[in-house]
Amino acid sequence: MFFLSIDIWLILEKAILIACIIGLSFFIAMYTTYAERKVAGWLQDRHGPNRAGPFGIFQPLADGGKLFFKEEIIPLASNKVLFLLGPGLAMITALVTSTVIPWGAPIVTEKGSIPLQVADVDMGILIVFSVVSVGVYGIMIGGWASNNKFSLIAAIRGASQMVSYELPMGLALIAVLFMTGSLKMSEIVANQAANGWHIIYQPLGFIIFFVCALAECNRTPFDLPEAENELNFGYHQEYSSMKLGFYLFAEYINMFVSSAVIATLFLGGYDIPFVNEASWKLEPWLMSLISFSVLMAKISFLLFVFIWIRWTIPRFRYDQLMNLGWKKLIPLALLNMIITAAVMLWLNK
Amino acid sequence: MNIIQILFWFLSVVAIFSALMVITSKNPVYSVLWLIVTFFAISGHYILLNAQFLAIVNIIVYAGAIMVLFLFVIMLMNLNKETEPQKNRWLKMAGAVAGGCLLLVFVAALKGAGLKDQEAMVNEGDIGLIKNLGKELFTTYVVPFEISSILFLSAMVGAVVIGKKE
Repeated sequence: MFFLSIDIWLILEKAILIACIIGLSFFIAMYTTYAERKVAGWLQDRHGPNRAGPFGIFQPLADGGKLFFKEEIIPLASNKVLFLLGPGLAMITALVTSTVIPWGAPIVTEKGSIPLQVADVDMGILIVFSVVSVGVYGIMIGGWASNNKFSLIAAIRGASQMVSYELPMGLALIAVLFMTGSLKMSEIVANQAANGWHIIYQPLGFIIFFVCALAECNRTPFDLPEAENELNFGYHQEYSSMKLGFYLFAEYINMFVSSAVIATLFLGGYDIPFVNEASWKLEPWLMSLISFSVLMAKISFLLFVFIWIRWTIPRFRYDQLMNLGWKKLIPLALLNMIITAAVMLWLNK
Repeated sequence: MNIIQILFWFLSVVAIFSALMVITSKNPVYSVLWLIVTFFAISGHYILLNAQFLAIVNIIVYAGAIMVLFLFVIMLMNLNKETEPQKNRWLKMAGAVAGGCLLLVFVAALKGAGLKDQEAMVNEGDIGLIKNLGKELFTTYVVPFEISSILFLSAMVGAVVIGKKE
């Protein structure tokens, strides 16, 4: 037979896991939009959405339904193929990053253990970076294909911002990799469970990484591609209906995934702080469930910080953004890297 | 036919088809996008050969950074199908003949090289893994590695000097 040598069960297991993670990403992204509006309301001393369902809990469903039923407009002078490709690419690159994140402790059974991670590959975190670097295309292609000057400026701003902030992000990561000695996400988590979270040893690295994550997700104070007072609406100016929804949704999924990456790299991943969970002797599935909830709690906290920053800090100017990236964050990250290396050499680790 | 062969054929078809589309597309933006697809297919080949680091770096550097710059230039100069300069017929024919000659030279040179007896080592050998590659680069090949880094530094300095206003 043609496909006999393919391991069907492995594919089935991974397919179920991928479906769960994608479903989860959409669910979290939906409710992050709700949380964003609720937190904004709370910070500005008003109610926020409170009409659809108790406490406005069905508001995201209403918003999604509205987007689906809106009229779909494709500008005549646009490039049709690329106009359709843009939101799709943005969505795909947002979702692909979640493949290498360990979502919980592996479920150990008699027949073997089931890791709650789609791919625990040797490259681990570098895969996240490769997908992030490709993530620029969704914005660039969409903005260019709209055939609108504002969209083009926004797309180019977005692309140069994302390319610039990848560098300090990678340099901040290198200091973490010095400490773990591995790029594997599972080993990064295991190292933190054994020796304490990386945020304790790398506070500066954590701050640099977090600032860069804000810039990569195009969030305030770095949301220059969507600066309404300069660019009307940004790179998705000409989009309507669910294609606009895809762009907006991709931003929230990016936020969710980058929170997961930050939690895994610096906040111990699915590790439960201050306890030795191996001594509890719990059922493996229960243990996985608890560790998964712990990771989700950390992600929720980071998402809250993302939203909190958005409604607190005003937007940077574009030259300030570039100065911060190239002249402040990169030297800081280099310094952090050298100090980490020197201390490790000194301690003979 | 196992999964590696299926993947090999799939990736090869994708790589060759997208490479052909790069040179036959009239719109320069399409050419850049097809080139990105080509890079992804080639990265897939690297993974089949167990050179994972090479595969990822190929995507980060080529597909993620260099192609973004290409796209930048094309978008800012607003190149499209209409402004694409059309070479005259004789130049096209001369190009085809020159390319054909190069192909002939390659075939002639590689025919005697005994490539037929050498099989590709698929999914084995671990020199492509990041740990072994890093060790090898920083011990055996540390001098050429550092020299090439100085080359990059001089290129960076050159770019800053050119980019600086008078």
